[in-house]
Amino acid sequence: MCHTFPALTSDRSSRICSLLYKHGSSMASNSSGSDSSDRQRIAQQRLSVIAGHLQRPVEGNSGILAAECKAQGDKLDVSSERRTVPRRRQEIMKWNGWGYSDSKFLYNKKGQAEFTGKRYRLSGMIIPGLREWMESTFGANLQHKTPAAPILNSSAVQPPTLNEAFLKELKSTGIPFSHDAEDRVFRSHGHCLHEIFALREGKIGRVPDLVVWPNCHNDVVKIVELACKHNVCLMPYGGGTSVSSALECPPEETRSIVSLDTSQMNRILWIDEKNLTAHVEAGIVGQDLERLLNESGYCTGHEPDSMEFSSLGGWVATRASGMKKNIYGNIEDLVVHIKMVTPQGVIEKSCQGPRMSTGPDVHHFIMGSEGTLGVVTEVTMKIRPMPEYQKYGSVVFPNFEMGVACLREVARQRCAPASIRLMDNEQFKFGHALKPQVSSIFTSFLDGLKKFYITKFKGFDPNRLCVATLLFEGDREKVLQHEKQVYDIAAKFGGLAAGEDNGQRGYMLTFVIAYLRDLGMDYYVIGESFETSVPWDRVLDICRNVKARIVRECKDKGVQFPPLSTCRVTQTYDAGACVYFYFAFNYRGLSDPVHVYEQVEHAAREEILANGGSLSHHHGVGKLRKEWMRETISSVGMGMLKSVKDYVDPNNIFGNRNLL
Amino acid sequence: TPVCYWFSLHQPALKDEEEFTDILEERRRTTDLGYALRTFNPQPYKGAPTLSTSDLNKAVLESQYLCYIIKEIAMETGSSVEKVKEDASRILKEMSHNLQLGFIRLMGYTLNKVFKRLYRSIYVNMEGLNMLQQAIQESPVILIPNHRSYVDFLIISYILFTYDIPVPVIAAGIHVAIIGGLLRRSGAFYIRRAIGSDKLYWAVLLEYVQTIVRTGYAPLEFYVEGFRSRTLKSLVPKLGMMDMVLEPYFKGEVFDITLVPISISYDRVLEESLLALELLGVPRPKESITGLFKASGVLQEDYGCMHVNFGRPLSARQLCEGKINWSEYNLIPRNLPQRPTAETQDCVNWLAHLIVRTQEEGSLISPWSLMACLLLQTPFTTLTEEGLQWHQLTEKTLWLRKLVLDFGARLNWPGGWANSEVMSSTVALHHSIVHHKEDRIYLVQDEDPARQDPLSPEEGVMRMAVVVLMLVSYRNQALHVFVRPGILATAIHITKNTRKDELFSFFCFLQDVFSNEFIFIPGSAVQDFEEACSLLQKCGAVHISQQEVTVLETGLEVLSFLQKLLQPFLDSYQLMFRYLCEKEDHVFTEEQFLPDVRNLATKLILSGDLRTFEVLSSDTQKNVLSALRRLEAVTKLRMESDGGNISTE
Repeated sequence: MCHTFPALTSDRSSRICSLLYKHGSSMASNSSGSDSSDRQRIAQQRLSVIAGHLQRPVEGNSGILAAECKAQGDKLDVSSERRTVPRRRQEIMKWNGWGYSDSKFLYNKKGQAEFTGKRYRLSGMIIPGLREWMESTFGANLQHKTPAAPILNSSAVQPPTLNEAFLKELKSTGIPFSHDAEDRVFRSHGHCLHEIFALREGKIGRVPDLVVWPNCHNDVVKIVELACKHNVCLMPYGGGTSVSSALECPPEETRSIVSLDTSQMNRILWIDEKNLTAHVEAGIVGQDLERLLNESGYCTGHEPDSMEFSSLGGWVATRASGMKKNIYGNIEDLVVHIKMVTPQGVIEKSCQGPRMSTGPDVHHFIMGSEGTLGVVTEVTMKIRPMPEYQKYGSVVFPNFEMGVACLREVARQRCAPASIRLMDNEQFKFGHALKPQVSSIFTSFLDGLKKFYITKFKGFDPNRLCVATLLFEGDREKVLQHEKQVYDIAAKFGGLAAGEDNGQRGYMLTFVIAYLRDLGMDYYVIGESFETSVPWDRVLDICRNVKARIVRECKDKGVQFPPLSTCRVTQTYDAGACVYFYFAFNYRGLSDPVHVYEQVEHAAREEILANGGSLSHHHGVGKLRKEWMRETISSVGMGMLKSVKDYVDPNNIFGNRNLL
Repeated sequence: TPVCYWFSLHQPALKDEEEFTDILEERRRTTDLGYALRTFNPQPYKGAPTLSTSDLNKAVLESQYLCYIIKEIAMETGSSVEKVKEDASRILKEMSHNLQLGFIRLMGYTLNKVFKRLYRSIYVNMEGLNMLQQAIQESPVILIPNHRSYVDFLIISYILFTYDIPVPVIAAGIHVAIIGGLLRRSGAFYIRRAIGSDKLYWAVLLEYVQTIVRTGYAPLEFYVEGFRSRTLKSLVPKLGMMDMVLEPYFKGEVFDITLVPISISYDRVLEESLLALELLGVPRPKESITGLFKASGVLQEDYGCMHVNFGRPLSARQLCEGKINWSEYNLIPRNLPQRPTAETQDCVNWLAHLIVRTQEEGSLISPWSLMACLLLQTPFTTLTEEGLQWHQLTEKTLWLRKLVLDFGARLNWPGGWANSEVMSSTVALHHSIVHHKEDRIYLVQDEDPARQDPLSPEEGVMRMAVVVLMLVSYRNQALHVFVRPGILATAIHITKNTRKDELFSFFCFLQDVFSNEFIFIPGSAVQDFEEACSLLQKCGAVHISQQEVTVLETGLEVLSFLQKLLQPFLDSYQLMFRYLCEKEDHVFTEEQFLPDVRNLATKLILSGDLRTFEVLSSDTQKNVLSALRRLEAVTKLRMESDGGNISTE
């Protein structure tokens, strides 16, 4: 029986939403003092314990019928009304851009940039500096527009290649499916530049032939069995936020391709407060998982930048990393137990021991398998009580070198806050351009004063300075103590505290920056971000060289305007850091801008590897970075992965051809 | 591919790249003092922090790399870290430059005076300077001139100072107290001649050089040939400095390094007679101010013109693309010493050869070099006794002028002059070697007035050798133009074969034997052969089909000229090979080898069995030994007492 965790009636906004969304305007840090909410929280925790006790075990009962689990789910899962992702994604999301249909950047009639909708803190606001920044950075011009195709033309979509025998048996299981063109197109891509660019031009390549929406683990077992029986190609689909061409249908695939959309497997099955774990269906998206756990007073603390849309199963399949990994760890640290359905059957461990010495950890065959071995259906994850107090912060450094030295020292002393990110000068300017209109003269006066203090009094060069954003979490005392420690280190590297506002805005921008690309694409600007991890001694070199390589390659490839080539250090580790590069350029005058873009990104990746950076820190390999796998993990390593694939999926049912 | 890139160097130069400006012209119109005190405000490498000399030295001493080596040495030798550190500090003090603007001004003032006296003009290609100025702002720049005379030691600094470009720090091999101090303040730093296995010295040098490169402190200038070429022929590049300079790029510590080959060409080299004496075994004078001025003989002499050709800046990144396996640098901490892999060494070797070839391509050939080629093909008795007819020399020289232009060389033939004027002024400039009398040309043979007794035959040979070797060195200035077709002509001459593939394999064999003598870019044999073929075809010497190379009747003159041009090298090598083959003792010392060969050669010259004096040159002898060692025909053994034991195998 698939019991779900009973939904609670509280209408408190979740804490994560406070960061993301406008209506959650009270910050977590502010709400900690309230008596009534405390009482409410304790009550909820108690309820959830009771609920947990009432629940019957789910695992190990292979006799459960899929139809049964679905029916039960529909009846009991009250909270599913509040789930973010509907079966028909097109109801709330863009078909050819990032995120929600109601949220986007645009230039209004006055030529001012604004962000539409009501969901985000930035929604409904005017961003006065954006236009000038876009014009001066890219040479973009509001007169030169490149509008996207307004609606999806279904006739451009190839008719589906259906495997009738498979379809017939699938129908008998009662699992919902569709071969509607829109449904299929939505599942044919991630968010790589070339994918979105093609959609905007109304160009549609190979798309899945069928979409199925399993409701629970047993549905998946059924689907995989049928796929094996009828030799149908399965491609798992979670949140669709891939940036590695992982969701691209291999053009050489002749079988019917079935997209297995996990979005309806989105329940928290139980919470174990003794062991601080939660057992969750893998299709749940990050924001739902956090919101639901928050309702019980817990969190996973796993917050990748894509968490609004990316799914738990996707995190596991790509070895995701969250912004606050310094406290909570990356996905591999958070996962306790995984259930995955493969063509050979279900793989899972027999217990939930916190660490085992039982040969190589089979979880590590699953984590990072990128949908090539099976479908992750359920995951037991560590949870933590929600932090009592959160505080943002920021530090300005005279230059990037000092900033990196400071982060290195913070990592050496192992006192990194929940999050610490260092932006280079170009990003600092970009962040500045995204400041919403200030309402009071006083605020703008204060801003002016700050700027004066930093550039004139302290002698920072506005074209060299850079800024680190910080997020502290924990109990109040410790946060304040921790904050002091970090600011003291920063001071040794010439860093000046630059306020909570700057920090908070930095993190808020993480979620809206993806929307900004769509605005750029309206005006001849294309770009993307990519990431790597690198030992500390190479951080500065890799940043300098990759940025310079991008500039040089753009010049060589005939790009008419200097590109934006910028980076930030987003994670610190004992032995290195994660570095993110942002790269965008104005493509006016180029006949094949996407090809140029891809050549430059390719060169940038070569540069990263030449400078001792990794192929990927958390985006994964997909098909985009496959060509470098052998040199990355050696031929023997490739053979090891290949032999696992050959055993688990000899007929390549999970045929997305990622990774290998 | 890099090969393609190399060919792109052969692209016809842009028009303005060919244009040279006489920089002395303006100097003659203004005062020397005004020149020295001009404002000097160059645009440095972008983002480079300004580092004082003491900051630079401090950064070197405190570097992680040096500290690591110091600790390692302390462990190995059992002495204290402090003690080793002091040693390092002492080495650095001995090594480091002390560039001061004031001294640059003083140098500018002095050189102004000297140059105006010595030279009619100093020609510089302004376009090259412009490109250099641009390059300096973008990445660390390495200036790599050829080295033919002491004069070129400061000429680059002088030019850069004149045109408001950051003056370089210069790697120098000489070290003499007074002049050393002056040069140090003009930006020279010193490298000991024989470092051997002194680990600490190497470490200090490496860190010093690389700190300069990494920080973009100033352009770095060094001679990739390692030494001043006594023969005026390009020397096979030395790789030590090249390795050090490129490593920051290989390790990713800088995005790119710009290499600027510079070709300095002299109409007449200041120390021409000294060079010949040195090659014949007369010890060179001490390098001191007096030595230098004695070397120049009298400052009253006319040395014609000097050309300084700044080559197109080359991107190390572009050149090394696909030749370096980066992962070798990824698994070892940056600041630890690391031996470059064979792959990297090959790349550096290739690049160094490419630079020297580019220097050759960029150098200007004077009419005198052409005449020297021809004079050396004239029987010596004609030159010393009956004289060579003036019109004959003129005709041949004009013929050769056409040939070098066909071969694509840069020729410094004064425009707007009648050919006869060019000929006679050239001969007049080189009055120390030839003299023109009654429509005939003779070699100059010094009469020693103090000498009473007649010369012994052996002494006569040596005296003749001095003037012939001077002539040889001027011929050498043009050799690079002819060497590839010359080797093909030689192959045709020796094998009497017409099959292209067989000629190619003999061509490769000759390249292999003579690769210590001439500059061949490793791995470019095919291109060299193609180039040789196409040049010979272009001048109508041969006809080339798919498989055959056929000699044309009209081409005999060219082929015989080219073959005779290289004949002295073949003769010299053969003589030494024969000497070694006939030698009973299979182990000998270098000190013994040189005079033995010289004696043998002198005998053969006197008996008329050997027609070249070049075998007497210590340079040729050293090249033969190096070639034989490379070809594993001889091997060098170390002796307890000294280091020069060679054995044939």
